Formats: sequence, C-alpha cells, structure tokens
Amino acid sequence: MTHVTRKELRPGVFLTAVQTKKFKSALFSVTLLAPLNEAQASSNALVPYILRRGTREHPNLESISAVLDELYGGTLEPMVRKKGETQCIGFAGSFLDEGYTLENEPLLESAARLMGDLLLHPFTTEGGFSPDYFRGERDNLVSRIRAQMNEKRQYSVQQLVRHMCRGEAYGVDKYGTEASARALTPEGVWSAYHTLLNTAQVELYYCGSAEFDRVEKAFLDGFADLPKKGERSAPACVVPSKGKQAEPQVVEEAMDVTQGKLAMGFRTDGITVLSREYPALLVFNAVYGGTTTSKLFMNVREKLSLCYFASSMLEKSKGIMLVSSGIEFDKYQQAREEIMAQLEAVSEGAVEEWELVGAIRSIVSALTAAQDSQGGLEDYWLGQAVTGQTETPAALCDRVEKVTLEDVVSVSKRVSLDTIYFLKGQED
Amino acid sequence: MKKQIFEKLGETLYTEVLENGLTVYVVPKPEFGKSYAFFATRYGGMDTKFRLNGTWYDTPAGIAHFLEHKMFDTEDGNALQDLAANGASPNAFTANSMTGYYFESTEKFEENLKILLRFVSIPYFTRESVDKEQGIIGQEIRMIEDDPNWRCYMALVESLYVNHPVRTSVAGTVESIRHITADTLYACHKAFYHPANMVLTVAGNVDPERVCALARELLPKEGGAPIPRNYGEEEPDHAGEGERILKMEVATPLFYLGYKVDPQTDGKARYRQALLGNLVCEAVFGTSSPLYTSLYEKGLINKNFSASYEEEPGAAFLLAGGESRDPKAVRAAAEAELARLSREGIASDLWERLKKAAYGNAVRGLNSFESICVSLAQGHFAEESFFSFPEVYGSLTKEEGEVFLRTCLTPERSALSVVEPKEDQG
Repeated sequence: MTHVTRKELRPGVFLTAVQTKKFKSALFSVTLLAPLNEAQASSNALVPYILRRGTREHPNLESISAVLDELYGGTLEPMVRKKGETQCIGFAGSFLDEGYTLENEPLLESAARLMGDLLLHPFTTEGGFSPDYFRGERDNLVSRIRAQMNEKRQYSVQQLVRHMCRGEAYGVDKYGTEASARALTPEGVWSAYHTLLNTAQVELYYCGSAEFDRVEKAFLDGFADLPKKGERSAPACVVPSKGKQAEPQVVEEAMDVTQGKLAMGFRTDGITVLSREYPALLVFNAVYGGTTTSKLFMNVREKLSLCYFASSMLEKSKGIMLVSSGIEFDKYQQAREEIMAQLEAVSEGAVEEWELVGAIRSIVSALTAAQDSQGGLEDYWLGQAVTGQTETPAALCDRVEKVTLEDVVSVSKRVSLDTIYFLKGQED
Repeated sequence: MKKQIFEKLGETLYTEVLENGLTVYVVPKPEFGKSYAFFATRYGGMDTKFRLNGTWYDTPAGIAHFLEHKMFDTEDGNALQDLAANGASPNAFTANSMTGYYFESTEKFEENLKILLRFVSIPYFTRESVDKEQGIIGQEIRMIEDDPNWRCYMALVESLYVNHPVRTSVAGTVESIRHITADTLYACHKAFYHPANMVLTVAGNVDPERVCALARELLPKEGGAPIPRNYGEEEPDHAGEGERILKMEVATPLFYLGYKVDPQTDGKARYRQALLGNLVCEAVFGTSSPLYTSLYEKGLINKNFSASYEEEPGAAFLLAGGESRDPKAVRAAAEAELARLSREGIASDLWERLKKAAYGNAVRGLNSFESICVSLAQGHFAEESFFSFPEVYGSLTKEEGEVFLRTCLTPERSALSVVEPKEDQG
C-alpha cells in the first residue's frame, strides 16, 4: 500500500513522504519555490548547476560521482521546473532501495546528507562560488538556452508561449533568456542563492520503503543548516489571464528546416487547475487533441494526412491550451482551418459516446499509471504543493468520471484562439 | 509454466514455449495498478534482404517500419482506437532488428491483450490505405531529417560501417517507401510475423496462465520456419571513414565519437560483452572517470554528454556524444586517455565502484515495466536470460575490460560525426 504523509518540519519547510514497497529505488528531491520573473529566472536557474559542481567535502565532479557510485549508482541532478508562475529550483535523485543492496546497507541517511550538502555547503573560494564553476556553468546555461532551438517541436511551442504571454510572468522561460544568462555575475548569483535559501518555501520529498519517522530524521539532519531567520513564503503560482483579443496574433519565423511546425495557443477563459470546471477541461482536451483517438489525431493526421503529429496539451496552472503540429509548409492554411473546425465540432456537441468514454478512460488511466511511477508521483505532489492543493490522484479520477458531454461542450465554448506561431522554411 | 524466482531482485519470471513456437514471459507485479504487454517480432529495419520459400527478396528500405504503421489497421477500423477506447496507451516501434507493439493499461487488461494479439497477427492492407500511409510516413521522415541528433547518429553509423545494414535508416527515405505495395507488406508479414519468430512479454498485475491461454486461443496454431537474412559482405575491423561533418540549424555543435567492436554471435558471449562494453564505457567516458571531469572542467562537454554500448546481430559499437564547442578536441583527449589506459590499465577501485553502480542502476531499471518487457524480448532474441545480470556483473574482471579496451577502442576503429551550425548563424 501507498501512504502519503505531509508535514511542516519548520516554518516554510515541508516534507512530503510517500511510503511504499513497490519500487526498487527511493526517490528524493528538494525544491525551492520562487516567483518566476524575467529579472531572476536565469540566476535562480544557474544556482543548482553551480552547486552540483562541488561541496565543501567533495570539491569536484569526480569526488561527488565516487560517492554516488558507492551508493549503488545513485543520481542527484539539478532540477529547474516551471509550474504556473512559480520557478521550482533544486535537486532530484534516485537511489537503490535498501532492500536490494548486496548487504542490506542503509542508504537513506547518506543520500539525504549528500543532498543537504549540495544545497547548503557548496565548495567556495574567497567567500563566494568558485569563479571557474561559475563561468563554466554560466556558459553551459547559455548553450542550453541556445540549444532549445535544436528540437523544433518543443521550440515552436516555447516560442508560442513566449509570444502569447508577453508581459505575463508565464511568458518567461524557466532558464530566462540568452541575454539574461550572459549578463550574470558571480556576485549576482551568489546573492540569488542566499535569497532563495532565506526566503523560499522549501519542499522536501521522499518516496520509498522507509518509515516516516526515519525519513523525517534523515532530512532534519541533512538540512539542519537551512537558515532559520527569514520568513519563507510560497509565490503566487496560478495566475490566469483571460486576455481575449478580437483577432489572434500571428507570428512567423523562417529557418532552414524541411518540415513546418504550426503551434496554436488558446485561452481557457480563466479555467485552471483550481477551477470547479477543471475535470471538464481535462476531458475536453483529451477529446479534442490529447490522445491518439482525439479529433485532432483522427482528422488532421489520419483522415487528411496533413501532418505526422497534431496534439493539444493543457498548461493547467495558467489556463491555456497549446496545439502543436508538424506540417508541410504549403498546408498552413488548410491545417489551421481544420484545427479550428475540430474545436467548432466539439462546441457544437459533435462528440460521440466512444470519444467521451475514451477520453475519460485515458485520463483515469494516466492518473492511475502516474502512481506507478516514482517520477510521476514526485511531479504530481510537487504540483499539488505549489498550487496549495492536497487532492489525491484517486479523488481527481472520481471527479473526472462524472464529467458529462454538456460539461465538455460548455468548457469548449469558453476556449478561444489567442496566438498562432508558424515555423516555416526559408524562401530562396 | 516454468517458474523462476530471482530472490535478490524481488522478481518472479514465468516462461512457456507454446506449441506454435511462441515464447511467453510473464513477470507478475501484483502491487501495481498498471500492466504492460509487449508483442515483438525478430524483424527490423536491417532485414530488407531475406529468403522466403526458396526465393530471395530485396525489399525497400523502411518496409519494416511501414508495416508497423499499417498493422494497426483492421478490417473493422483501427486497433489504436480500440485500445485507446479502453483507456490503454498503445504504441509501437521499429528498431534495427526488432519491431515491437505494446500497450500499458490500468483496466480491461485481458480485453486489451486480445486486441494486441489479433491486430499484430492479422494483416489487413488495401491499396488506398498504403497510399495514404505514404503521406504520413513521408512527414515522419521529414521530421526526423530535421532532428540534428538523429542525423549525427546516422552519420556516425554510416562512417563506422561499410556494408552492414545497420547503416540504413529504419524509416527509409521518402523515395524508398514509394516502392512499397500491399503485396510486399503481406509477404513480409508472412515471413516474419509467425509465432515462432515472435515473443510475448508481460509485466503487471496479471495471471500468467491467463496470458498463455489467450495467446494459445488467438494466435495461429502453427509457427513458420526460420528466415535466412542477408546482412551484406563481411565488415572490415576498422571504421569505413574517420570523420563526417554536417551543417544544420543548430546552436552548438553536436557530435558522436564511435568505436567499432567485434560482434559476438553466441548468446551468452553477446550478453557478457554488452555488460562489459557498458562498464568500459563508464570507466572511460562516465561521470566518475578522470576524462569526464577533465573535459567538463575545460568546458568541452556538458551534462548532455553520455556514452553507451550498442549491438545488433553482426554489428556492435561503443559511442559517446553530446554537445561540444570543439568535438575534435574531445576526440583528441579521448584518444590520449585510451592510450594511457592501454598502458597503465583501469584503476582497481574505480572498476569495483563502477560494478556496484552498474548493478544498482540495473536493479533500479526494473521499476520500468517497459524496460523489463523490452529487455526480456531482446534477451530472448539474443538467446540469453536478461535476469542473469547480477551474476554477470559480479564476474566481470578488470583484466577483461582492459583486453576489450586495447583490442577495440583504437584509432583505426573509431569515427567522429559532427553537426555544425550553419555559417550564417550568429
């Protein structure tokens, strides 16, 4: 059985522990919650990457790796995520569950301590980050941002969000921009690090076979040096914007590619993960473009052979839906019209019984399956923590099961096109 | 069914070979909500030349993958929809030497398994549906042609190999797939999709006996004969060409550095070499290796850098790659480090640590049903038991690693592929 315990260990420091014996590994994470904004995004994002280079005790990569190898090939990697308008910064790691070690060695305490050391006791020179580590990781961050254009599908969706939410915190990328990353200074990042340590809400997470009391003690010891003075608070995460405009804005970009990418952004009229209508929005998205039996897949891809992929996804904490498709350049108009026509079809109630049932089954199945994955569980519970919710996946499933066709139609009528982004080929 | 308990791993494996030659593996996982089924044939992108009923066939590149797409069509519609309507997440992939169909579901497992077994074993193609698929696959091919990482990988394999079909793209080209017809698809299905050439692996909250019973009930009563395949002229030991450079719309250069390794034919030797190859990869290129830290500190590699051992029937290679501002400098540093390791050997404490880490990683991999099912199928086709990894890791010696390194990781056997940014980019 899986048992979830959430406890405030100290003001603003929370531990969520999922106790279960079904996995071979134990998953750990520590996440600091900061408001996403243009000024701080890059420096916050850089912090865990510099920290990962060395601790007081293990001053370089090779010595950290040696410790991880001894812990049966554990991993502890920097994590930067964007959830709504909250930037989530920290580390996540996976270690062998103790029952599977060759001699039943305890690993929990060592893993929690190493994670605490990474966050709290960095390798420093002259009272700040090592200049080499700072420079190396800043350059890596710049390359990481530049490399976002390599994967064109993801890039097109990212560009869509940037244009659609210009002026809103949500329009900021989790790593910031190339320019903001280039402009970072060692002093600026050192100060961002301390602001995070002193003011950010801290989310600790464990999923594995150990009892809660032992987990709590291991984390309290590992993170004993977390500053106690400042007031820690959770930033506003869910900031919906109706932003209805008369005519959708259209953004085009040309690159030397063989396949075009058409991405279309819709507003949900303020419906978010916190809304009463959220389950209906989930079902609507699954009917429209979220699955391989959805209207977009069946019509835009299968029936009209317009593209290799066409799907929609929700940004649940923001109240937007993003459609992404790969098309030939000259199919732009046709694909765009078909994507709109399918939305129209849902609003007119042209949804068959099997489509509705299939959509509900696929959501229930995805939520159930996420509980069988340690990564999925961690991300689910972090999402709940960030949005201040405690609903279990099973309870959400119950609400999804009750969604009717009328609910779906009513939600679909509130969804409106906001921005179109088209990545096309270069004209010679 | 044969029942094997792997106590240290906390796993139980049920195995049965049916009368028609199909092997069924089931790993029960009663504590989970989901189940996963994987139905695979020993047939992939490499198998374009084969003999069926005395006649040699030379089929278009990309046909195995094309067939995979078309198998979802049924006389009454589409199996993807049927599975999805039950809340299952179905999909399929075509690799060089395997095509696999699978679903994961949390409800109606038996019903879903029936759909899977039926649609994979009963072909249904029409001229119209084949024509339409050419549009969809043409788009898929264009999409992967824009993927710099895939292009870089293919450039490496094309450089390492001269004849072996591992160098042809699994999806084929927009041109090659034009020659695919419903008739060729039927012939390929007949040759490779008979039970004796296939394997069914299941992990999850299921009853092993029921899985066997359903396979018995729904699949053809007789299996076919093994199909001889032609993988081309014998490969030289050395790489075909040393370096290949492409230019694409990328921000930072991508690269793969590869080493051509002597492939093993016997199942046990193949599996042992795969684990050894991965361990040597870690010792030379892994995050705990001296080379990794030195390259990382010089800013020549970043966190995307990784290395692995890959093998197919008749081909095996080790590759390391990622992003770098100067891939040639990475290659030079790797060659210097390999020369040093050949002279001085691998540090004993590093080797022992890496074995412990590799064991831990392999056990953690058992969290994934997909990984269990695909590994069991791969092991089956290679004729070696996947669950033997703890014993194999335990027995790998440093000396064995050093011999492998001295023999196979040499400059003549290596190739470098690079995708560079186009000049006009900032």
